[in-house]
Amino acid sequence: MGSWAEFFQHLMNGLTLGGIYALIALGYTMVYGILKFINFAHGDILMMGSYIGLFVYNAIRGELLGFWTIIAFFLSMLVGMMFSAILGMAIEKIAYKPLRKATRLAPLLSAIGVSFILSNLAAWMWGTKSKKLEYPFDNSPIHLGDIAVTPHQIMILVVVVVMMVALKLFIDRSRLGKAMRATSLDQDTAKLMGIKVDRIIAITFAIGSALAATAGFLIALEIKVYPSMGTMTGLKAFVAAVVGGIGNISGAMVGGILLGLIETFGVALLGIPYALRDTIAFIILIIILLVKPEGLLGKAEKEKV
Amino acid sequence: MSELLSIDHISVSYGNIQALRDVSIHVREGEIVCLIGANGAGKSTLLKAIVGLEPLVSGSIAYKGEVIARNDHAFGSHNPLLRFFKNPKHAAQDTRSLRTDEIASRGIALVPEGRRVFADLTVEENLDMGAFLIDDDAFIAKKKKEMYEFFPILGMRRKQKTRSLSGGEQQMMAIARALMSAPKLLLLDEPGLGLAPLIIQDIFEKIEIINKEDNVTVFLVEQNARMALRTSDEGHVMENGRIVLSDTSEQLLENEKVKAAYLGE
Ligand SMILES: Nc1ncnc2c1ncn2[C@@H]1O[C@H](COP(=O)(O)OP(=O)(O)O)[C@@H](O)[C@H]1O
Ligand SMILES: [Mg+2]
Repeated sequence: MGSWAEFFQHLMNGLTLGGIYALIALGYTMVYGILKFINFAHGDILMMGSYIGLFVYNAIRGELLGFWTIIAFFLSMLVGMMFSAILGMAIEKIAYKPLRKATRLAPLLSAIGVSFILSNLAAWMWGTKSKKLEYPFDNSPIHLGDIAVTPHQIMILVVVVVMMVALKLFIDRSRLGKAMRATSLDQDTAKLMGIKVDRIIAITFAIGSALAATAGFLIALEIKVYPSMGTMTGLKAFVAAVVGGIGNISGAMVGGILLGLIETFGVALLGIPYALRDTIAFIILIIILLVKPEGLLGKAEKEKV
Repeated sequence: MSELLSIDHISVSYGNIQALRDVSIHVREGEIVCLIGANGAGKSTLLKAIVGLEPLVSGSIAYKGEVIARNDHAFGSHNPLLRFFKNPKHAAQDTRSLRTDEIASRGIALVPEGRRVFADLTVEENLDMGAFLIDDDAFIAKKKKEMYEFFPILGMRRKQKTRSLSGGEQQMMAIARALMSAPKLLLLDEPGLGLAPLIIQDIFEKIEIINKEDNVTVFLVEQNARMALRTSDEGHVMENGRIVLSDTSEQLLENEKVKAAYLGE
């Protein structure tokens, strides 16, 4: 590593990547917190939302200029988020809810099935060739001294911070947020309070799916949109959620950011070949599981009697 | 006094184990009714059946004349296909069992066995959850204030995570949480379990106050038979999932069988 400038450069890259992981990890962790179940279709929900956002953007963008393209971009993102939210709720109702009382393996297999169905459906409807999402602005780097930051990175950071703060406030302060925490602590007792647990579960899927769509749409600018775009990113975000302590919301945020930083600095500083970048996540997963199975912020789970 | 809760000939099973057999209990408005029985008799199962956490195999439970639980399976309504093809005229007539949240909204609150506080939530947040069904913020604030006066220790601990509370404090917290929704019927599952005698006494005094001053009907389940019978108007004795004895609590305290089996005399 040469200089401070280089360090900040990697820091910026790591934070943006990590922010994306964190947004996706939140969906895994929130669902796990309530249902003790990993939604393996989460990455495909991200992909579907990204496609819808892309189509909307291409349709409304037209000859818009400057500021208005940015407005169009965020509007399209919002539509993608809403689509994913509805999709997430529908999947839960159709493919997971009927299996809630079955063995733990059943909904897991159902999720893997849904994942295949969604990615095949996307490939069949829209082809396997990636579709480019145009930047809504000139993405040439802005030079701050020796550091080069792209407007894309700044947008990612702003969106990630806004989403995380909003989510944290919602979970900590609002009536519904408290009900979500209560439900994840003890479903039966939550029902005794008059909380409609099924509705809380649906809302959890909606929020997690919308956050995933946001992340998907943001990275689509760089990686484009294609049927398996959510697979690897989703898997790594899942690792981030486990590293942070699955079921713990702050843990997902910390785990995501940490994973992004480690990947970036791993390649930059330790000279890990770029081709092995994806491997880092899984090596970290194995180490964390060996040393601290409950994750960084997770609590050791006591078996309920 | 009018009848508030009618439990009629209910049975509940866990797989092959029949936990309740043909149980009938009637609770009139304003009373304190207790159910005593040894560990494993089926007391908690009965309370879970009332609040819709365990399905009935047979019989029915009505609250203020409305059926809140019954055997849904007998009508084929558990099967979506049968439900789909059923004559809509009939479908409109038969009522299903209510969900637990719906039963709570009718005015029934349960303080569950082992307290079941939301350990990672603060005392205040727990009380907020107790008032989840209430939309009126002013009413919630008034209720909280009442609870902090009634259980001063909770007021002092309002910002603390509930897991840091002692057993007795958690029990008071669980009772206060149940009272937040201003229920008409309060179900208590062994409120004295694992607590020191002085604290148990305090809790039972509070239960009497809740009953007398707030006019809340109380259905109390206890292993501590003496305390329960002294506090209640009527009592039922459960053995192996059956009601074997029902009488006024005064009479039960004098009953030779009860004395021998439950009062250690
Ligand atoms: N979830 C369950 N699964 C299987 N059996 C149960 C379950 N809960 C209770 N039982 C059994 O049902 C019977 C009644 O239990 P319970 O209602 O908890 O009794 P009590 O509250 O009087 O101690 C016991 O034999 C108990 O082992
Ligand atoms: Mg019990």
